[in-house]
Amino acid sequence: MSKLSVAAVDGHTRPVLDPESPLAVAGLTVAYQRRPVLWDLTWSAPEGGRTAIIGPNGAGKTTFLKAALGLIPRLSGDIAVYGRPLRESRHLIAYVPQRSAVDWEFPATALDVVTMGLYRDVGWLRWPGRRHRDTARRMLDIVDMAGFADRQIGQLSGGQQQRVFLARALAQDARVLVMDEPFAGVDAATERAIAKVLESLQADGCSILCVHHDLETVAAYFDHVLMLNGRKIAAGPVTEAFTAENLQRTYGGRLAPTQLAGLGAEA
Amino acid sequence: MTTFLQFDFPSILLGVLAALACGLIGNFLLLRGQSLMGDTISHVVLPGIVGGFLLAGAVSSWAMLGGAGLAAVISVGLIELVRRLGKVETQAAMGLVFTTMFALGVLMLEQTGARGVHLDVEHALYGSLESAVWLDATGWRDLFDPATLAVLPASVHRLAAVTAIVILFVLAFYKELKLTSFDPGLADSLGISSRGIGFALVVMTAVAAVAAFDAVGSILVIAMFVCPAATARMLTDSLRAQLWISAGVAVTSGILGYWLAAFGPPLLGFPSSVSAAGMIALVTGVFQMAAMLFAPHYGALRRSRSTAM
Repeated sequence: MSKLSVAAVDGHTRPVLDPESPLAVAGLTVAYQRRPVLWDLTWSAPEGGRTAIIGPNGAGKTTFLKAALGLIPRLSGDIAVYGRPLRESRHLIAYVPQRSAVDWEFPATALDVVTMGLYRDVGWLRWPGRRHRDTARRMLDIVDMAGFADRQIGQLSGGQQQRVFLARALAQDARVLVMDEPFAGVDAATERAIAKVLESLQADGCSILCVHHDLETVAAYFDHVLMLNGRKIAAGPVTEAFTAENLQRTYGGRLAPTQLAGLGAEA
Repeated sequence: MTTFLQFDFPSILLGVLAALACGLIGNFLLLRGQSLMGDTISHVVLPGIVGGFLLAGAVSSWAMLGGAGLAAVISVGLIELVRRLGKVETQAAMGLVFTTMFALGVLMLEQTGARGVHLDVEHALYGSLESAVWLDATGWRDLFDPATLAVLPASVHRLAAVTAIVILFVLAFYKELKLTSFDPGLADSLGISSRGIGFALVVMTAVAAVAAFDAVGSILVIAMFVCPAATARMLTDSLRAQLWISAGVAVTSGILGYWLAAFGPPLLGFPSSVSAAGMIALVTGVFQMAAMLFAPHYGALRRSRSTAM
């Protein structure tokens, strides 16, 4: 199941992180004010896969993403992006935080926000030029938001804001797309747009990781799952790991048999 | 006209430059919910200034500015320390640090020989805008004469340099300031250190506050860090427009405030003029009130009308 092997370093045994994986963690432990949220997580995201990260509220899904991307401190654990340290390879990953992570009253248009994804390309001491704005408009077009380019972001609906974030991630031209609940509370048009983009990204060879809350659509949008509840409960292809037994273990028996049957998960 | 150039022009210049430097920086402090940072730094520099004076043994601008800069850096460290150890919000930590440091500064002023030699609490609050004079000026041509410009008061030169640095800083790091204010996580993942930019902003805040504090006092400094940016924020949804409007508000307040302070009371029959720094701060406050009431989208009147409909 895991591609991890163990090597002896300085007398300690440490897992060697899978160099093929777009995001691999080993022994990742995170705590908020001494309250551990995530325990000893070892997992390698499948290259070219679309992975759903699922688990109950407070299972540490967002914490996992943030810690794996180095946005919050971790107590312990190693992280590698294609076998290289995070420091050297953060630009390979585009992260779409939860919508609530930013202030939507900020004086910026949808185009401004998408252009931010290109700042690395713009470089220091320069302002974004016509080329960058054109690229940003193209990204907005991909998520069907071309008509809203000059709208202040606070005047967009939740789904439209989510699509602006997705367009910004596309502008980053990354090999790995990490999203936190992109489907939460969005309209049907946004859901279709996101699903379409995920498919075309995967066709281009990108790897995708999403925190996902809707168990009914896991099989439709994703091919892999990582099931979390403070620690890793199960992981693997949807067809193998997304089972009734694993779901019960992940959600602590809170799922009714009828719910499980509705998911099409094998008992 | 010569009197205007000799006595009013340098003061107006000081007021406008101080307003511009603090007003521009204020935009980014406002967007980060750190407007109090300007307030904090303009207060904490007082013990630094007194300390610099004591060490130099005289009213030496450079010793006092150095002391002020040092005090600003120490206070930023203290705020971070209080925030972590006390587990309180940044704003609360700022409130704690700046009142304590300012109180320390006042005590140092009172207990040492610094009192009375042009350094006193009143000066700290209101500055000494009106004391700037340019006696060599004889006509408008002097505005383009390097030799005569060179004898403008040192405070004018210093503030002009600092304002130029602030403008260059904002122009050079506009997109980094914008991005780290909006989404520090994205900034970090793009290799733009949000902490680094945040620190640079605090340093520029300190530089602007210290240079302006010396000339115009803490009341005007605080007002200028908050009011022009907040006024502009009510009037536009574009950051670029917000910067331009805040600059316009700052400059207009500087000129109008000085004029009202110098010539307003005599017009109304009062014998003397009033504090220019105080009046400039008042004018910018009035601008903000007007924007809060009448702004096209965010104004209170507009909003109450749209909810009534």
